[in-house]
Order: sequence, then structure tokens, then C-alpha cells
Amino acid sequence: MATSPLTTGTEPAARSGPETGLALYRWMVVIRQFEKRAYDLFLQNLVKGTSHLSLGQEAVAAGFGVAMRPDDWTFATYRGHAHTIVRGVPLTPIMAELLGRDNGLLRGKGGSMHLTSVAHGMMGSYAIVGAHLPVAVGAAWSAAYRKSGQVAVCFFGDGATNIGAFHEALNLAVVWNLPVVFVCENNLYMEYTPIGAVTAVPRPAADRAPAYGLPPVAIDGNDPEVVHQTALAALERARSGGGPSLIEAVTYRHGGHSRADPATYRPKEEVADWLARDPVPAYRARLVGAGVPEDELQRVEAEAKEAVDRATEEAKAGPPPDPGLVTADLWADGGSSWRS
Amino acid sequence: MAELTYREAVARAIAQEMERDPSVVLLGEDVAGAGGAFKATGGLLERFGPERVRDTPISEQAILGAAMGAAMTGLRPIAEVMFSDFFAVCWDMVANQIAKSRYMTAGQVQLPLVVRSGNGGGSRFGAQHSQSVENWAMAVPGLKVVAPSCPSDVIGLLAAAVRDPDPVLVFEHKSLYPTKGEVPDGELVGHLGQAALRRQGGDLTLVALAAMVPVALEAAERLAAEGVQATVIDLRSLVPLDVSTVLSSVSATGHLVTVEENPRLCGWGAELASIVAEECFYDLDGPIVRVTTPHVPLPAADSLEDLARPSVARVLEAVPRALG
Ligand SMILES: Cc1ncc(C[n+]2csc(CCOP(=O)(O)OP(=O)(O)O)c2C)c(N)n1
Ligand SMILES: [Mg+2]
Repeated sequence: MATSPLTTGTEPAARSGPETGLALYRWMVVIRQFEKRAYDLFLQNLVKGTSHLSLGQEAVAAGFGVAMRPDDWTFATYRGHAHTIVRGVPLTPIMAELLGRDNGLLRGKGGSMHLTSVAHGMMGSYAIVGAHLPVAVGAAWSAAYRKSGQVAVCFFGDGATNIGAFHEALNLAVVWNLPVVFVCENNLYMEYTPIGAVTAVPRPAADRAPAYGLPPVAIDGNDPEVVHQTALAALERARSGGGPSLIEAVTYRHGGHSRADPATYRPKEEVADWLARDPVPAYRARLVGAGVPEDELQRVEAEAKEAVDRATEEAKAGPPPDPGLVTADLWADGGSSWRS
Repeated sequence: MAELTYREAVARAIAQEMERDPSVVLLGEDVAGAGGAFKATGGLLERFGPERVRDTPISEQAILGAAMGAAMTGLRPIAEVMFSDFFAVCWDMVANQIAKSRYMTAGQVQLPLVVRSGNGGGSRFGAQHSQSVENWAMAVPGLKVVAPSCPSDVIGLLAAAVRDPDPVLVFEHKSLYPTKGEVPDGELVGHLGQAALRRQGGDLTLVALAAMVPVALEAAERLAAEGVQATVIDLRSLVPLDVSTVLSSVSATGHLVTVEENPRLCGWGAELASIVAEECFYDLDGPIVRVTTPHVPLPAADSLEDLARPSVARVLEAVPRALG
């Protein structure tokens, strides 16, 4: 297995305190439980179409989610359930959206790949690889223009680093010195092809950073505290006028790319190696070692399970979307008329 | 009243809207320091400053993506795509992102943005700098599409586009930039989706857009000399499409000829013909005839380009077929 050399680039100013630790763990557990449930529901044919899970990648979403200000903006990919959850979007509408119900976050019109909750700063999940990087740049431009202190955080995969929009967005963000944080979740694979097989440099994001005048930053994306500290530093830099950051968080998805992909294209030893570094139990053990009481962790886990159970039941109970939605909301007037 | 060129009208419209609303910003290649590749944005940098009038790198995806991100977070950006041919390198932003966001999010995402672009032929620029691509935009649900034919409409439609809560593509016609027209003083705001009757006549309806409007008008004058009175409708807007103005004219004249600069297949006139055939078939007294660019890219040489684009002569040739 070719693991990239990791440098944090931004050394943690202080260790995350016990409350932060519990917050990080709580989000990781909620994401883990939610994604496992989404997979089960997919196998039961209740989640139609497709879904892309973040099992194994929880620490990236949790680390940023805890670090971000409520009015900051998230831009995510089709692998966006985790990033939606950590913005505090209630689980029921997320689950109901996966199930295509009227009580879904988008009333069934977006589906798993397009989770959005503007009220929570979750500005969209984008299913065209790389497309949302320029969009995040525009949001950052708006924050800078209005001097609002908001930061746009944009998550994308390793595969996105080879598409033009990645390069256009980075260049413009640096030239305009905008408050945007680009986060590459390098899970070593695109769909089925290893990123290393199609990329000119070993670290797909970090090694491109110097071309845009940015320091190369690659971190352990399975360590929520490293992610959290790196996020805090990048957010602070953006907020204080220091411009964009590009962070490569190295991680691994436990399952396939999407749907029920068995991911047999990955070497067994590589999978075993990464499963041994599963971020959820690893972080739990670290918290126990740091003196967090066992019953507190169990309470967090029970609450997560209970929340996911409730969301599942409420989502399943949701009616199918109102038929009128087919032609609703193309335009601001609520309709879709093309003639006058 | 003042006489302005079409390109001066662009700058005046943008200035009018930027003056009124501080959330209006302008971005694009060469729009600020150079005043635009077609000199349509001259003076705006000096007047509104570099925070609001911004030169970009040659990055069409970033230009439109940035406009989208700014629009969904409270600004009202006007983005320029220098030549409409370049929509082909950022069509994802137009067709997948900008057009679909509101619908996909059940109305959560608002995108009050304008994309202006130099469209159409007549400048001898060859196949990659001359296309009429308004019909590409018309085919994508979620985009409003306008194409002004004269300076006062440039101002009215651009202002309406900026104030509209939805994404609007404004196709400015490159060959019209130097043309002049009377423009009323004071604030000017038009309506999206309202065609203009440029000429009234009872024998035939000619429908045209942008640079084809003067072609249709000249053809109508020639027809008048032969005793055929034509109505000329300047469509102005493809989405929303002013179907009722067209239908009521065709119901009265019984004959329809469209004058379209786009290549033949799936041009806007095909849509119009299908609507007319479906909705006022029994008022027609002859076949609907479409005058278009043939289904080819535009050639560069002046003589060839003039043969390819619809001309007064080709309109006059088509009319007898429509009159039956
Ligand atoms: C422009 C574009 N090309 C191809 C695809 C099909 N596709 C969807 S996901 C994906 C892999 C992306 O890999 P990566 O960026 O590493 O993200 P990950 O799925 O690993 O999170 C591909 C090729 C797409 N959605 N968009
Ligand atoms: Mg990947």
C-alpha cells in the first residue's frame, strides 16, 4: 500500500479539549450509524437510485463540522450525507430525502446526491465532479465583498483534482484572496481506479498547492483532532483575510464507491490495513485513554442509535411527494411556465 | 431622448443597475480595465471601483461558478462570457448547476444572476467565434433567455434580467454593437417574455430575433412595395416565450415565416412552428416556413458567411412558399 507522506502544515496550537473530543465523537458515531442504516435501506430497495456513503471517512466531516461557525458555508459532493449531518440538519428530512418522500429535505426532488439545507449553511451537494469548487469561490467572494466574516468550505474527492474546475477555482481564489477552504478527501480511489494510477504527482491535492502559491498540506484524515485543529487554523486564516487553504485529508472508504459496489478492485491487505485504522473505534479508545468515562461514550452511542432509528421510522412514514412538485419550483414564482 | 450605440447601451444598463443596487457586481475577462472585448463595459471600473467590476482569468467555469456562488449568498452578479461559443467550455455551470439548483432543492437556492455574452455572426470571425447558440440555452429548463435587437431593448432587458430572481442569459449580438438607436432618458426597465410588434401588416407574420430583426424589417419594406403587408414581431425573449403575441398575429394573417440565425435543426423557430401548428392550425392558410442558417458551422470568408446567414433575399424567396 502506498501511503502518502503526511505533513500537517498547520501544527495544532493546542490539543482539543474533552468537550470538543466528545463533540467530535458524537458526530462520528451519528454519521456511522446513519450511513450503515442508509446502506441497509438501500439493500431493502427503500433507497432507490444510488447513494455514496462516508463510512470510514467520518473524521473529516466531524473535524470540520465542529470547527465551523454556524454561518459558514459547506459545499459537498454527492458523498455528502456526513457533511449535511454535521451542520446540524435534522436526520429525519435527510433520511426521508434518501427514501424519496415528501418530508425529505428537498421533498424528494434532489435525492441522496444533492442534499442541501441553506438554513443550516449547507449550500449543496454537487454530483458533477469538481463543479462546486468554483461555486464555493463565488460564495467566498460574496462573504469578502460584504465583509461578513463567513468562510466557504468545499469538500471534494481525490478524483476532482484532475478536472479543470479544480484548477480554475484554486487560481481565482488565490488571485482574489478569498475566504475559502478547499478540502480534498483523498480516499485513494475515484470510482474504481486508484487515484495514483492517473495522477502526475503522488499527493493529488497537496502536490498541486505550490502551483497556486499555497503550502502543501496533507493530514491524517482519520484523526478527528488533527482534522479539527487544521480546520480551525484554515478557517481563522480565511476569516482574518489570509486567503484560501487547500488541505488534503488522507482517508479510506470502508465500502464501495456507491450503491452495493463490493469494491473487489481493492487489494485485501490494503482494506484490512485501513479497517484496522477505523477512525471510530480508534478515537473511542483515545477518549477512554484520556479519561472520558465509558458510560458517557455509551450514552452518546445510544443516543445516536436512537436518533437514527427515529429518523428511519419518521422517514418511512412519510408520504410520497405531492404530484404537483414535478412542475414546481423551477422559477422563483414557484412554477415552471416557459410561455407568456 | 438620446442616441446611443448598442454597446453604449450595455454599459448604461449595467451602470443604472449598479447605481441602484450595491449587490450588483460585474465579472468577466477584460471587462474592467479594458472595458470589455467589445468595449461594452467601458467606464464601469472607473465609476464603481475594482470591488464591483472585476477582471477574471480565462476561466469560464470559474466565472460562472463564482457568479452562481455569489448569487446564492446574496449578490446579484452579472457575468460576461466573451463569445457565446465559449459556453461550450462551461456548459456544466450553465446547464447542470445554474439551471437546476432551485428545482433540485425545492426552491431553497435562489440564483438572481445574469450571464451576458456576445452572440452571432456577421463579423467574419469563423466557426468558433460566430455561432448563434441561443437555442442551446432555450433547450435547458431553468434558464431565462433574451436577445435584444436595439439599444433601448438592451437597457430594458438587461435591467429586467438583473432584477429578475432567476438566472437570465442575455445574448447580445456582436454585429449589433456599433448600431445606433434612440433611448429615452431616465431609468429604463423592460419585461422578460414580451415580444415587440415592429411593424403591422395583415398578409403575413415575420418573426425574428436580435440581428434578424433588421433583416425581417427590410424584407417587409420590400414586400410592401410589391403590395404584401407583413407584420414583424421581434421576439426579444425565448424564455419566457411570448406565445400569445405570435398566435394572435398568425391568427390574423394566416401565414408565418421565422427568420433565425441559428443552424437549422432545433432552432427556436422549430419550437414556434410546433406551437403554432398545435394551437392555431385552423387559422393557417399556408405552410409555416423557416429561414435559418443551413445546418453547418459558419464559414469565415465574408462572401460565404453572407450566403450562410439569413438575408433579405432569402426571406423574400421564402415568402411565396408561405403564402402558398
Ligand atoms: C465530471 C464528472 N465525471 C465523471 C463523473 C462520474 N463519477 C462520479 S463519482 C466519480 C469518482 C470521483 O472520485 P473522487 O473525486 O475521488 O471522489 P470519491 O467518490 O472517492 O469521494 C466519478 C468518476 C461525474 N459525476 N462527473
Ligand atoms: Mg476518491
